Amino acid sequence: MLRNWRQRITLTDVVIWAIGLSILVVVVIGAIATLRSGKYALETWFDLSMSGLALGGVYALIALGYTLVYGILKMINFAHSEVFMSGPFTAVFLAEALKRSGFFDSNPVVSLLLVTLVSALVSCGIAVLLERIAYRPLRGAPRLVPLITAIGASFFLQYFFRGLYGSGIRAYPNIPILEGFWSVGGLRVFRTDVVIIISAFLMMLVLYGIVQKTKMGKAMRAVSEDKEVAALMGIDVDRVIVVTFALGGLSAGVAGVLYALAFPVVNFYMGFIPGIKAFTAAVLGGIGNVPGAFLGAMVLGVVESLGPNLFLDGLGIPSANQLKDLVAFVILVFILIFRPTGILGERLAQAKA
Amino acid sequence: MAHPDRSTWRQALNAGLVAGIVSLLLSLVGMVEAFEARDIIFELVPMGQLLLVLAPFVLAVSTARKAADRSPLARLAVGLLLGLVCGALLVAVRLIGEAVNLRSVFINASPTLYDILGFGMALVPGMLLRLAVSAVAGLVGASLALLSDRLRGAVMQAIIWLVLLGLLRDLMVIVVDRWGPIRPVFRWLFATRGLTIVGAVAVFVVIAALVYLRGGKKTTKIAIRPPKQQRVVNLITIGVIVVILLLLPPVLGTFFSQVLDSVGLYILMGLGLNIVVGFAGLLDLGYVAFYAIGAYTMGVFTSPELGFFNLTWFQALPVALIVSAFAGLILGLPVLKMRGDYLAIVTLGFGEIVRLLALSDWLRPWLGGSQGIQRIAQPTIGSLVLGNQMQLYYVFLAGCAIVAFVAWRLKDSRLGRAWMAIREDEDVAVAMGIPPVATKLMAFAVGATFSGLGGSILAAQLTSVYAHSMTFIVSINVLSLIIIGGMGSIPGVIVGALALIGLPELLREFAEFRYLVYGAALVGMMLMRPEGLWPEERRRLELHEEELLAESAEPAAAAEAAAN
Repeated sequence: MLRNWRQRITLTDVVIWAIGLSILVVVVIGAIATLRSGKYALETWFDLSMSGLALGGVYALIALGYTLVYGILKMINFAHSEVFMSGPFTAVFLAEALKRSGFFDSNPVVSLLLVTLVSALVSCGIAVLLERIAYRPLRGAPRLVPLITAIGASFFLQYFFRGLYGSGIRAYPNIPILEGFWSVGGLRVFRTDVVIIISAFLMMLVLYGIVQKTKMGKAMRAVSEDKEVAALMGIDVDRVIVVTFALGGLSAGVAGVLYALAFPVVNFYMGFIPGIKAFTAAVLGGIGNVPGAFLGAMVLGVVESLGPNLFLDGLGIPSANQLKDLVAFVILVFILIFRPTGILGERLAQAKA
Repeated sequence: MAHPDRSTWRQALNAGLVAGIVSLLLSLVGMVEAFEARDIIFELVPMGQLLLVLAPFVLAVSTARKAADRSPLARLAVGLLLGLVCGALLVAVRLIGEAVNLRSVFINASPTLYDILGFGMALVPGMLLRLAVSAVAGLVGASLALLSDRLRGAVMQAIIWLVLLGLLRDLMVIVVDRWGPIRPVFRWLFATRGLTIVGAVAVFVVIAALVYLRGGKKTTKIAIRPPKQQRVVNLITIGVIVVILLLLPPVLGTFFSQVLDSVGLYILMGLGLNIVVGFAGLLDLGYVAFYAIGAYTMGVFTSPELGFFNLTWFQALPVALIVSAFAGLILGLPVLKMRGDYLAIVTLGFGEIVRLLALSDWLRPWLGGSQGIQRIAQPTIGSLVLGNQMQLYYVFLAGCAIVAFVAWRLKDSRLGRAWMAIREDEDVAVAMGIPPVATKLMAFAVGATFSGLGGSILAAQLTSVYAHSMTFIVSINVLSLIIIGGMGSIPGVIVGALALIGLPELLREFAEFRYLVYGAALVGMMLMRPEGLWPEERRRLELHEEELLAESAEPAAAAEAAAN
């Protein structure tokens, strides 16, 4: 028994666990030191958490695209971050036009819905085209092939939109009713954050409903279980895959507008970092799992928002906020190493490549 | 296929639409305008116009070839229809542009582009001419499809060479001006921009004739010589190549040396990544990390600015290589159990972590933060400092030679075969007794060392390192070049680096669109020729298993039939 146990633990395991534990220790010490120093008030932590949740909402909507596609095709749609970028980058022109005509100021809600709709449709269109042109011919190819195609498509789309719309940074017009905050029991709640969280949550609920309750959702789940058998049962696999990409694109387009409300930087490169983080969120929650994507995204958003101040500040690291992305990437690497199945996932990530 | 008639026309219509959309997107992305100033044939055919007729031409060739069962006239009509549809689309957009200000959305929908679309004429005659030119492009494409394979191949190759020569005219001037005797010939062939008309015709005829005549001969296998003689021949070939490589900088001058330096850097990194991705099949998207680590180690150990060690370049080199190799092991350890997609993402994360750490204020005292490290030592031999681009070329050349030799020897070694076994099927490889941990770690360590060497030389070339230049894009560059060249193939890396790094450096207009083209090339390559331009034999077999099986089955079946 003892011998068996010793055989199973190799030197690499020991090294990996040592690295993991030491990072954990650093995080805990940092957090304790920050909290004891009392440098930040409760309000600050609350603000950070709220913006973290809002960020998480955006990640959740993007992560949905990764998770749905992974569930069905077992591939990372690397170009999903560009699907996310294409919508808001296109819709910003509509927003600008509406602003110029004065419609945006007189009907901000209608305008915003219109802009979101356009963004969602553009992202959806790009996702479907991507599937049709780049991925469909490669079904059944060795695993590296579609992945490289996805990376190529990602770069192509980035620079395609850069050529089309220019490399300048654009921003959505300010929306007065979304500015400012409500006071709840002495705490500030920013309106933008609330709108983002609520719309992301509703959107997730709708999409989850589609996957769980509709006939198409049933077909999607069937295809993700086993493509061949699903096809034998009379399911049009190609159509299911197109719908999957379309749903992922739609939610990414909505996420794009929400993201642009929180961060007024709309350009061809806006998709890269949120894309990787949303992928992290999808893995964190368990890839292929819709509620998992939501949970993972919320956790990631909050940790990323609180992390630099909470863990790193206490260790005396200067300008800890620079390292915000670092926190997310470290989480990504460690989740993939220690629990590649994620929080809610049951799928085996090490499945044969 | 109940109505072959209708399906052919429908195909032509669809292809015409695709051609139109492609031409339109090329215009709106800005490529047409950017290449307008570069004449292929002096004041007659600018590259921009060529891009506009490229899609209808190519699609007409393939569509007309597909309709092989139709009469020649019908096939020409297919090309004509295709060209007309494509032209009509362009005209339609131009007319919309007349009514609506497209430029508020598409920044490249500029008056210049409209001028190019209308050949600088007034709206109506310009658009009619555009329609006619597109139609002619389709027609010419379709008529090419009528030719025999041999003739068509010759014409196509001649066109490609014509375009290449026209594009590279300015660069050839730089070289030719250093070498007087060929100047008259050059003046006859080339104008101040692009080829002269006479030159174009001459080039076209000569190349088409050469290709045509050579295509006539049955391809003769290289005569097999006795081993001793073969050795001598090989040695002579290698000797000639070495002499040419050594003579390049003085012959070509500083500008080309600089381009060759970039190519050399990417060959170094490509050979390294080729071991990780090509040999061992581990997709590493954070490869830039090792290049950064090599460059930064060189900086930290040699820069007097930081003042830690102040070693010379050659003293610091082993340190940089060891640190890079060690970083490769550090990355390799945790990702041992991962495969495919997850590995790609983790390595990407690792690359970003290295970049963010190098940029951070936290590590500024050691790594210089966003300021980077300056005054890095350059390699010295005795009292000679290898500082300028021409001298550094030799450093890159030596690096590439060593690395290529190591990679070539590793490929068929026990370790190399173990890598490939793991790439093909890890479970089977392990069952055959290949130790997965050591094998994979070796791949990461060797790949990282090569990249670290590239980074060290780069640090010497720039005498500085900045974290801003260590982005994901570098990893993508390297990945693209080994994929375009052919994964796992050493000559493929060189071909890929020349095509993807050399060409954009040479064509300034192209530089802006290089990632657009890389992306399209990666997708296109995976769809049409996943084994790359210069494939490694084993991978080609792997990717075309079914076709090859079918091919070998056919003669076997025929032989069987004959025997019966």
